Amino acid sequence: MLFSQAGQFSTHYGQDRRVFRLKADRWSVGTLLVFAFVGVPLLGNDYWFSAILIPFLVLSLAGLGLNLLTGYAGQLSLGAAAFMAVGAFAAYNFQLRIPGIPVLLSFVLGGVTAGLLGIFFGLPSLRIKGFYLIVSTLAAQFLIPWVFTKFGWFSNYNTSGVITAPKLEILGIDFDSPVGRYLLTLAIVVTLTLFALNLVRGSVGRNWMAVRDMDTAAAVIGIPLTRTKLLAFAISSFYLGIAGALWAFTYLGTVEPHGFDLSRSFQVLFIIILGGLGSILGNFLGAAFIVLLPILMTNLSDFFFGSSIDPGHLENLRKILFGALTVLFLVKEPEGLARLWHRMRERAGVWPLRY
Amino acid sequence: MEFFIEVLTGGLLAGVMYSLVAIGFVLIYKASGIFNFAQGAMVLFAALTFVSLQELGLPFWIALLATLAIMILLALGVERTVLRPLVNRSPIILFMATLGLSYIIEGLAQLLWGAQVHGLDLGIADEPFIVGGIFLSQFDLFAAAIAAVLVVSLSLLFNKTRLGLSLRAVADDPLAALSVGIRLQQIWVAVWAAAGFVSLVAGLLWGARLGVQFSLSLVVLKALPVLIIGGFSSIAGAIVGGLIVGATEKLAEVYVGPLIGGGIENWFPYLLATLFLLVRPAGLFGERAIERV
Repeated sequence: MLFSQAGQFSTHYGQDRRVFRLKADRWSVGTLLVFAFVGVPLLGNDYWFSAILIPFLVLSLAGLGLNLLTGYAGQLSLGAAAFMAVGAFAAYNFQLRIPGIPVLLSFVLGGVTAGLLGIFFGLPSLRIKGFYLIVSTLAAQFLIPWVFTKFGWFSNYNTSGVITAPKLEILGIDFDSPVGRYLLTLAIVVTLTLFALNLVRGSVGRNWMAVRDMDTAAAVIGIPLTRTKLLAFAISSFYLGIAGALWAFTYLGTVEPHGFDLSRSFQVLFIIILGGLGSILGNFLGAAFIVLLPILMTNLSDFFFGSSIDPGHLENLRKILFGALTVLFLVKEPEGLARLWHRMRERAGVWPLRY
Repeated sequence: MEFFIEVLTGGLLAGVMYSLVAIGFVLIYKASGIFNFAQGAMVLFAALTFVSLQELGLPFWIALLATLAIMILLALGVERTVLRPLVNRSPIILFMATLGLSYIIEGLAQLLWGAQVHGLDLGIADEPFIVGGIFLSQFDLFAAAIAAVLVVSLSLLFNKTRLGLSLRAVADDPLAALSVGIRLQQIWVAVWAAAGFVSLVAGLLWGARLGVQFSLSLVVLKALPVLIIGGFSSIAGAIVGGLIVGATEKLAEVYVGPLIGGGIENWFPYLLATLFLLVRPAGLFGERAIERV
């Protein structure tokens, strides 16, 4: 028995409604957070911060955003990257046009802009559902980067449409080093994740799940469809917008509209399929998988074949592997890595016995 | 006015090319209710296989038959590894599975045959000629003729043969079809093989136009608005949708494009399809969905 649920009684409703009801959960999440905020900055090096941890965190946040829409509210979207682009470009423009605006505020405003656009592109979801929705999200996916490329105003008339990160300074503290950018990203991602955890277990989240499972039935029992669906689009796009701003400013530093193309949307979609639709934890597992797998594959092929493998072949192999894993997960474990994790937890609860 | 008609006919003929891809979608959607995102990857795979076989020295017809055989094998493999284990799952899950499938097929095609651009010559000159003062492309007319033949033969298949009867039965109600002794698995293989054939035809025509290369798999995205406008379950709808998309996107590019900076061809069809959906959620020829709680 590695941890026990026995003897933990809730004596108040408040205790029963907690996000982490079990003592073991509270302890492990707390330890993990302390480790992430204190241990990792002491132990990690610049390569780990810039190439692995920051993209992992940002992609987790993007996955979280899409998961709220697709996994919880059941609205399929292929336009995730477009809303990331909106967040990045809006945050950049708020920085540029309003002198002295705090960095965090510009991120939030970027997210809000993405959220408003999300509502606009979510409007068709009131009339149509399922696959048909792919088209209106694809319209966003192709229209938005085109606007950013075509109209120089958005990138301050940069000739190649590239935007550059502002100086990351909050309350006089400089966050421009790799460690600083990691800590900033971590703090934002943790805050938004806690918010999402609370959101999905409240009335908003329950309404989303009812709409996902069958929207006609949800309407019959009195759930306002318009508000529920548009709220899902707004909050999802807000998360994606913040993720886009982080992607541009704490991970890459400079970014062009082309960096938010359809393949980025697919990447985010793969994160939530592999990680688990309708799970918060799954986004982190899926993002870790998608960030680490290419690195692992490159290292393995270097180790076994030296540099004799053509990088093009490796890229194709990776594609095949991703595709095969997607199909495999959908067949064997449609709830993704998060479900595997839960199963492991249940095992650990009764270990070393079988049940 | 002549210029307008020229742009319009050019657009209509280009629309036929979109319809060719869309027909493959409709086939699979009709018979199994699956929105097959891998259709574009199949177009790429078929065209690349054909070109590479031809470059190995095989004559046209042998290469065509060999590619067709490979597409049938692919259909068998897809049925066994993807469709059968996922039977009775929600359409969204199946859609995502075909998304994974498209990655597999694209990766496989490029791993086997390389990623360089192959030229493809079908022996039809892509030269314009003049009819009544309007420039027409010979190649486009050829493509339109092929599409017409394809549509006629497919509707004959659906309406006049035993296989077509079972296809329609499965499309109507899979459970009832099973209970009268139709083998679902065989129907799926048949329909995926037919879609493979359609994607081979589309791949050859698109390949001759653009060169056989990775971007072929992206024509699938252009077929989406076509399907939306035509309706997912109608072959006639695919044709009409293709014509509408082709014509309006060319007209918009020529007349509206210069006003807002050009390059609007890339997103215009999606916007058009979205607006269309708001008015007619089931498309022009699609079946109206009736839901029960």
